[in-house]
Amino acid sequence: MRREVPLVIVFICGAFMALQYFVPHNISAVIYQNALNWTIIIGIFTLAVGIGSLVNLHYDKISRRKEKWPYSLVTIGALVFMTVLGLSSPEAVQDPRGLFMKMYFYVLSPVQATMFSLLAFFIASAAYRAFRAKTVLATLLLASAVIVMLGRIPVGDALTAWMPEGTRISDLARYILDYPNTAAKRAIYIGVGLGVAATSLKIILGVERTWLGGGK
Amino acid sequence: MAAGFWNKMLNLDRRWVYLVIGAATFFPMLTVIRLPIKITPEVQSVYDRLESLPRGTIIMLPMEYSPDTMAELQPMAKAVLRHCFSRGIKVITTALQIQGVLLIEQDLRTVAAEFDKTYGEDYVFLGYKPYPDIVILNMGENFRKPFPKDYYNNNLDELPMMAGVNNYSNVDCIVNINATSGVDSWINNANGRYGAPLALGVTAVIATDYYAFLQSKQIFGLMGGLKGAAEYEKLIGRPKDIANRAMTSVSVAHIFIIIFIIIGNIAFFATRKRI
Repeated sequence: MRREVPLVIVFICGAFMALQYFVPHNISAVIYQNALNWTIIIGIFTLAVGIGSLVNLHYDKISRRKEKWPYSLVTIGALVFMTVLGLSSPEAVQDPRGLFMKMYFYVLSPVQATMFSLLAFFIASAAYRAFRAKTVLATLLLASAVIVMLGRIPVGDALTAWMPEGTRISDLARYILDYPNTAAKRAIYIGVGLGVAATSLKIILGVERTWLGGGK
Repeated sequence: MAAGFWNKMLNLDRRWVYLVIGAATFFPMLTVIRLPIKITPEVQSVYDRLESLPRGTIIMLPMEYSPDTMAELQPMAKAVLRHCFSRGIKVITTALQIQGVLLIEQDLRTVAAEFDKTYGEDYVFLGYKPYPDIVILNMGENFRKPFPKDYYNNNLDELPMMAGVNNYSNVDCIVNINATSGVDSWINNANGRYGAPLALGVTAVIATDYYAFLQSKQIFGLMGGLKGAAEYEKLIGRPKDIANRAMTSVSVAHIFIIIFIIIGNIAFFATRKRI
């Protein structure tokens, strides 16, 4: 029963949500509305499960003194601290002079911005070390990358201003984005879409059961 | 001799690369050099759509960025907001990325204050709810389902601007400023399921993913990264704003990355011949 009941629920819900899209009847719309309400409620519960799982994972790391356990301590400490701070008063998360806001703007913001800005350095270093014209395909990739990089900046057009309109570097970049890029992306999206549809169908029909857990 | 030099270049300490890129992004910010920005059709179409709207029209401007991506998306969001407020267009905003909520609320307040806009009459901030897919689907039925109250705990029915505004069919369009794959939720659900006209403002790194949707007209406009923001600033007549100023840094950084690629390849081929 522990496996059959979830399978039946998934079959009913999955089949209904797939079919109701094509049924413009009032009953179908009402059930759809209720299903959406359920998603909100279930979503909130999964949030609680997620937080519980996070705490469990890091508590385990700390209690067993696993590798890099002090980071887990920071995670749990930050979670508790910000939660207490946020719940300390109804205005805590909206008061521009409050500690919650200050922690956000003077701790989290700079940390996040710093982490993301490192990307520029890594990209430059990786481009220098790994972007090699070793094969025809790699050369094509490299040429496309250089054209798009130049075409997306004002300097690119300034360098090719002597060329007729339509053949400048930004026009070439535009062509690459509009045609080869779009063609490749569309192929990927169609493939992914078909894959998602097939996997969903397998789950709805109970062929794919790994989501139930507890087995291989 | 030459081979020795190229060997050295091939094994160049990465810290030199970091130093050059750091200098290439930092120093141009101090200069007053402004490079001409060419307007692309995908940005122009976002501007044209908003420009064509009569005063009092409501649009939705979900802003989903956080401090890590604010360098690219904050100027874009502010430019679109300034355009809307300067034309008397009303704005409904959400922030479906938890780490950006406070930032977005501050941006909204700052730009609204510039144009002397009143909360609840000229703009509404719905705030954050978890699981963007679920929230976007529910807003397609009624904004009040996921957001019975706004960010400031007001009932949506008490806000004058929200009178008679129930779902996407009551807003002219959605301009989603988004740094995450949550963009797909807006395309699949808001546009795909509910038919809401949609434009995107995304980071440069994911912009290429959405040209396919532009060509199929599932989105009517696309602003990509700082370049998109700079174009929009230019369109609204603010060419001295931050995105335009920062484009010089981006340009110089791109040039240096290209130079690094060229040097790296010359070094690779020069040393390979000797082996």
